[in-house]
Amino acid sequence: MKVVVVGGGVTGLSSAWWLARSGAQVTVLDKFIVGWEASGRNGGGASHYQSPLFEEEQRLWPQMDALLGYPTEHSKERIVIAVTEKQLRQYHYIAQMNNDMGYRVDLLDAKQSQAAVPLAGENCLGGMHYRFGGHANPQRTTQAYAWALQDLGGKIVQHSPVSGFETSGGKVVAVESASGRHECDALVVAAGPQTGMLMAKLGVDVPLASARAEMIVTEPAPMMPLGGVDGNGLYGRQTLRGNLAYGGGPHEWIEVGEGGPTARPTSPLTRNLARRLAELFPKAAHLNVIRSWAGVIENTPDGRPVIDRMSDPENVVVATMSGVGFGLSPASGHAVRDLVIEGHCTFTDIAKLSLSRFEGIGADWREARGWLPIT
Amino acid sequence: MHRSDPHAIDGKLPAPSARYDVVVIGAGPSGLAAAIEAAKAGKSVLLADEHPVPGAAMGNDVPLFFGGRMTTATLNAERMIETIFISEPALEVAMLAGVEVQLGTAAWAVYRNGPALASLPERVVGLADASRAWLVGFDELVIATGARDLAIGFPGWNQPGVMGAAALTMLLSRYQAFAGKRVLFIGSHDLALETALLAHEKGVDVAGIVEVRDAPQGSAELVQSIHAARIPIHTGDVVARADGGIDGVEHAVLRSGLEIACDTICLAIGVVPSIELLDAMGGKRTLDPMRGGFIPADEPAIRFVGDCAGLPDTGFDHVAYRMEWAQAFGAVSAPDTIVCQCEEVTRADLIGVQPPNYLPRPDAMCARSLETLLHDGPANPDQIKRLTRAGMGVCQGRRCRDQVAMMLALEAGKPFGTIPLATHRAPVRPIPLNILADWEEGDDMRAGWDVWFGIPTQWIPYRDIGTPREQQHQDAIGGNMSL
Ligand SMILES: Cc1cc2nc3c(=O)[nH]c(=O)nc-3n(C[C@H](O)[C@H](O)[C@H](O)COP(=O)(O)OP(=O)(O)OC[C@H]3O[C@@H](n4cnc5c(N)ncnc54)[C@H](O)[C@@H]3O)c2cc1C
Repeated sequence: MKVVVVGGGVTGLSSAWWLARSGAQVTVLDKFIVGWEASGRNGGGASHYQSPLFEEEQRLWPQMDALLGYPTEHSKERIVIAVTEKQLRQYHYIAQMNNDMGYRVDLLDAKQSQAAVPLAGENCLGGMHYRFGGHANPQRTTQAYAWALQDLGGKIVQHSPVSGFETSGGKVVAVESASGRHECDALVVAAGPQTGMLMAKLGVDVPLASARAEMIVTEPAPMMPLGGVDGNGLYGRQTLRGNLAYGGGPHEWIEVGEGGPTARPTSPLTRNLARRLAELFPKAAHLNVIRSWAGVIENTPDGRPVIDRMSDPENVVVATMSGVGFGLSPASGHAVRDLVIEGHCTFTDIAKLSLSRFEGIGADWREARGWLPIT
Repeated sequence: MHRSDPHAIDGKLPAPSARYDVVVIGAGPSGLAAAIEAAKAGKSVLLADEHPVPGAAMGNDVPLFFGGRMTTATLNAERMIETIFISEPALEVAMLAGVEVQLGTAAWAVYRNGPALASLPERVVGLADASRAWLVGFDELVIATGARDLAIGFPGWNQPGVMGAAALTMLLSRYQAFAGKRVLFIGSHDLALETALLAHEKGVDVAGIVEVRDAPQGSAELVQSIHAARIPIHTGDVVARADGGIDGVEHAVLRSGLEIACDTICLAIGVVPSIELLDAMGGKRTLDPMRGGFIPADEPAIRFVGDCAGLPDTGFDHVAYRMEWAQAFGAVSAPDTIVCQCEEVTRADLIGVQPPNYLPRPDAMCARSLETLLHDGPANPDQIKRLTRAGMGVCQGRRCRDQVAMMLALEAGKPFGTIPLATHRAPVRPIPLNILADWEEGDDMRAGWDVWFGIPTQWIPYRDIGTPREQQHQDAIGGNMSL
């Protein structure tokens, strides 16, 4: 079976890798290089207890290095610490919500938090410790999927934007791209913000709005026993090198054309991130910020992913992850593989991630939410 | 009905805390001249210069390649400000002309609205001194950031005492704070000869000049002065190794076998125009080998003056010259010669596209290399940087960005420039969190802050979607979640 995957981010690459493991002949087409968009620019968090793919995500991450054959820097568990009473209340609610689902979260008091997080300060009021989840290095992980796919005989064609599809008898039979025409028996569209535009060419409406989000990174700090520490309105991680890489805060809605984002600038928001990071880790407040970056994320109207197989054309699977796609990627690829090969997801129910939930959504859904670029 | 998204950035970024008709970044001769001229024309002018830089930054070779050869006098910021005022009389001229001069003040970013960014109230430049950061608005921005050192590694270059010509000039002429006693120069074009003569004039012992080509490259006049000063020039040779002890360099060994005692080796092969601010703001750059490398291109909104706009074109191909040095140093280097000092990346690891030592290297990983990566398309320096970590350290790639680009070109068998430089990002100077922080942020920013997008439905546990618990979760936590 020949499968073409549009998009060399984590979602497309994981899907391709899963498909190649099942013997499919896979070609991934990307407009630029693998992981250049959100997949190489995110926080690396992998603790998505809200998702139906959560258990598969948790099962797979600890095995990914071995399965792929390349290091992903995956590290287990997370701690979230609060520096305001409001944060603490919210974190405790989240802890309870998880414990109700059977996912263990331990509450930490101020002392325990400060002991668990050596960079925390006197301002830390307490926190919670997820005994699940974790984080990995987005860039290494994306490249690991890509290389692992090649090791299985899969093809990756970079610098090859997809411009259209050829359909026949209710199926997509070929994909048109800068590198020419690629025939296929099945098509996977995992093109991030451009997913909607590509699907529109097939007569399918995927409502998406894109936004820019920013992160900063410091020089290395002394290693904490657990690098996945969030809180104070920030998400991120201490890398295995020691750097503190953190994001959070307001996003900017932008218009993305068929060619993808034309720029990924950062803004003075860098200073607000720096402030919150200095508050989260007072003992690291003297460390230098050495870079900032931004990435573009697409969101569906409810902020949940769409992973679905179309009915017409019936050999098309679409996957758009709405901002939680990195951590879920080991599992989202599995789900896509199942949809392509089996026609349904074999390991969990993903019915509520289907596109049909947006049927009849008003054309003004973005206006209604205020999800519009600044004019 | 159009609602607004309380968690979007709209209206949240602050206005600058000060505004001038003209802001000039860099108080070298060109920046000073531009500032004085503008002040004389009746404009309000801010002239900011990062020197004297904090001791910690100097120790990280920011912004120049100081190589640890500054005296402890540089730790006294107030005294250094005085020294700089005395060394550069034009600063006083500028002040008398009405220019507001801020020394010890680095520009770390220029922000403007453009593609994917429309939330700025106006164009601003980000400044920081040793105690705070702030944003400044302007009608006209003049960037006069000069040129920075070009480093190319050789065995032993990663120890105190190996430094750059721009750093040495700065320490000798502005800071009066050079700690070395005897200096060997690498390169013999005008930069090297001028710096060697300056050192000689300041009473530093110049151990010699090493030139990879068969003849000195600088102007006949400068070569004449070098001979008059009895400084030996070793042509057709390269430094093959620097040996040293606890205080760094003690002597250099040339490819010819000659051993030269020195406590400092000054890389004076070239300087590169300081285009960090332009590059980090997404401005266009172009390669001009005659003018020192990548220089600003088509940037109407900002004026670039002096060396950052490109070195004077004297008909000398700087890039060809550097590439010859890079090749020669490559030939005397070993696989374990360090390329990136911050992240301790070796030549072998860079060319092998291997991860840092704290990560495992399974067989599949070892089988990967630049060569296999090149099968997938042209080399992308940012991708290679992410994989190897070369250029990811606290010096922000100052010591290795250019040599990595040269090595990639040499390895790929492509002319320099077909492989772009890794990009610069704000802040283009390392700035401590608590200094960069906006401690006076507005209420809108605080009220609208959410860890992610603030879409409440995004975080509802799957099993609770469509149940009464969904509303309960939304009420309790809104969109506030951890990723
Ligand atoms: C700052 C930031 C922080 C984040 N933090 C986290 C986090 O901590 N945890 C988490 O799980 N998620 C996080 N995310 C979200 C996560 O990065 C994304 O959900 C995920 O990377 C999506 O992967 P993807 O493969 O679906 O899309 P993308 O990474 O966007 O990849 C899509 C690919 O498709 C290609 N493409 C598009 N159009 C075409 C075309 N016409 N032809 C060919 N190719 C095309 C693009 O070049 C791109 O490579 C974050 C995102 C950002 C930006």
